Amino acid sequence: MLVPVVAYYLIFSYGPMYGLLMAFQESYNPIKGILAGEWVGFDNFTMFFESYYFWRLIKNTLILSFYSIVFGFPAPILLALLLNEVRKKWFRGAVQTISYMPHFISVVVVVGMLKTFSSLDGGLFNVIRDFFDLQPIMFLAEKDMFRPMYILSNIWQGAGWASIIFLAALSGIDPQLYEASKIDGAGRWRQLLHITLPGIMPTIVIMLILRMGAVMNADFQKILLMQTAPTYETSDVISTFVYRSGILEGNYTYSTAIGLFNGVINFALLIIANAISRKLNSTSLW
Amino acid sequence: MKQSIGERLFDVFNSLLLLLIMVLCLYPMLYVFNSSISDPDQMLRSRSLMLIPEGFQLGAYKSVFQDTRIYTGYMNTLFYVVVGTAINLLMTSLAAYGLSRGDLMGRKTLMKLITFTMFFGGGMIPTFLLIQNLGMVDTRFALIIPGAISTFYFLIMKTNFEGIPISLIESAKLDGANDFLILFRIVLPLSKPILAVMMLYYAVDHWNDYVGPMLYLRSQELYPIQIIMRDILISSSTEAMGAGADTGFAIGENIKYATIIISTLPIMLVYPFIQRYFVQGALIGAVKQ
Repeated sequence: MLVPVVAYYLIFSYGPMYGLLMAFQESYNPIKGILAGEWVGFDNFTMFFESYYFWRLIKNTLILSFYSIVFGFPAPILLALLLNEVRKKWFRGAVQTISYMPHFISVVVVVGMLKTFSSLDGGLFNVIRDFFDLQPIMFLAEKDMFRPMYILSNIWQGAGWASIIFLAALSGIDPQLYEASKIDGAGRWRQLLHITLPGIMPTIVIMLILRMGAVMNADFQKILLMQTAPTYETSDVISTFVYRSGILEGNYTYSTAIGLFNGVINFALLIIANAISRKLNSTSLW
Repeated sequence: MKQSIGERLFDVFNSLLLLLIMVLCLYPMLYVFNSSISDPDQMLRSRSLMLIPEGFQLGAYKSVFQDTRIYTGYMNTLFYVVVGTAINLLMTSLAAYGLSRGDLMGRKTLMKLITFTMFFGGGMIPTFLLIQNLGMVDTRFALIIPGAISTFYFLIMKTNFEGIPISLIESAKLDGANDFLILFRIVLPLSKPILAVMMLYYAVDHWNDYVGPMLYLRSQELYPIQIIMRDILISSSTEAMGAGADTGFAIGENIKYATIIISTLPIMLVYPFIQRYFVQGALIGAVKQ
């Protein structure tokens, strides 16, 4: 019964890991396979570290990730806290249903909307700029606009949906705690500080650890759709570079090395974040 | 209980803030919808926020429906969603049932090896070359087989199966049932809610997938709707839709708006009804952690 399952994981998960050996080779030969290649040690990595793109890619990847954590991570928590204070059930339900809506719009459509909204001729963003007497601009072709557009549209699309998990955590808090604090004279602010926040802290920490394990993975799908040549300076990240240099230009071994470098850093960050969290407040993934 | 002024102020402020959030979520879709049925010239001239349509035309929708790419795209997506999800469910159930039983030899090691793949993998290029070597490039298999099990969903399902009383399975064994019979006759029928949740999650993943088709498909007739959408919305190929020179640039923009509506409307109409299953799934996922 587990035979297809084991076969699946061997082929499609561990198979590519075996393919990582390519990262240490001169070039990939499709006929002879991986072991026949010429071994060059860490040459591909050194080439990447010394390349013109290295710092730009690292910087862009980290900045996008950093902004996503600073602005994107708290957004669903705040939304969940606000929703939690609503007493009217129908209103709460309406806000939830509507805030989940953007989650069901595909990334392609979201980027398509960004593009039509930035149209110079009557696109929404430029209509708004027009209202403030500002010159219209091509948002997706402005390198300084890439990061805010990416982060804000991510929040728009995902915050409502991501709040579900925090709402679940909120509903797990014992109502007796609130009753008791009311008798002690605590207002809603004090309740938030001393009951609500500590109550959902484990969930917040777990979500943050998981997020740390993906620090080096800016959303490849979306960036690839959003980026235009004029914005490469701020929009090019490791995964889009791997795609261009590997799939489009056929530098298989070189891009495999870059991908491996990326994966190892992610994995290390996940382990570090998990260890820190286990030390500090005994919440951890394993 | 009587509320203090501060508390009432807070409630009002909170409601207003949430109303604003609702408007921010809805407005872009309203704008897109109104734009899709507006008169292009009037729209260009007025440069309004499109709270109501400016003029009226359905030409954009006509053009989109005349484009055969949309039909084949929809059909292909339907295929990937239905067949792909069926295989996902089968494989994930096999994995979850097989590994939920405590008596299996080497279970712990196997679990570790599987969980590891959630956090580390070969990456894009080795995966691409593997799929190429398996001869799957430019076939429908490439979108269905390589992602047959999502490890995260598998863990959710396994936790769920572990909640089924072991005595039930043991008594079936005594009656001579083998594992397949137990899985399909006892475990799966008892797990309908989680199966529904998994089905929805997988189906949405297939519906939204565009990186897979972009990497592995070459022939147009295999393209799912997302690739077609990318071509129309992002690579701007509305000219091919008969919005040629005479109708001009503006109707091209209307076609984009109409395309967004046509491709998003079905899921927009369905999701409020299936929302509670999605939420249930997120909850089950949260409990696991």
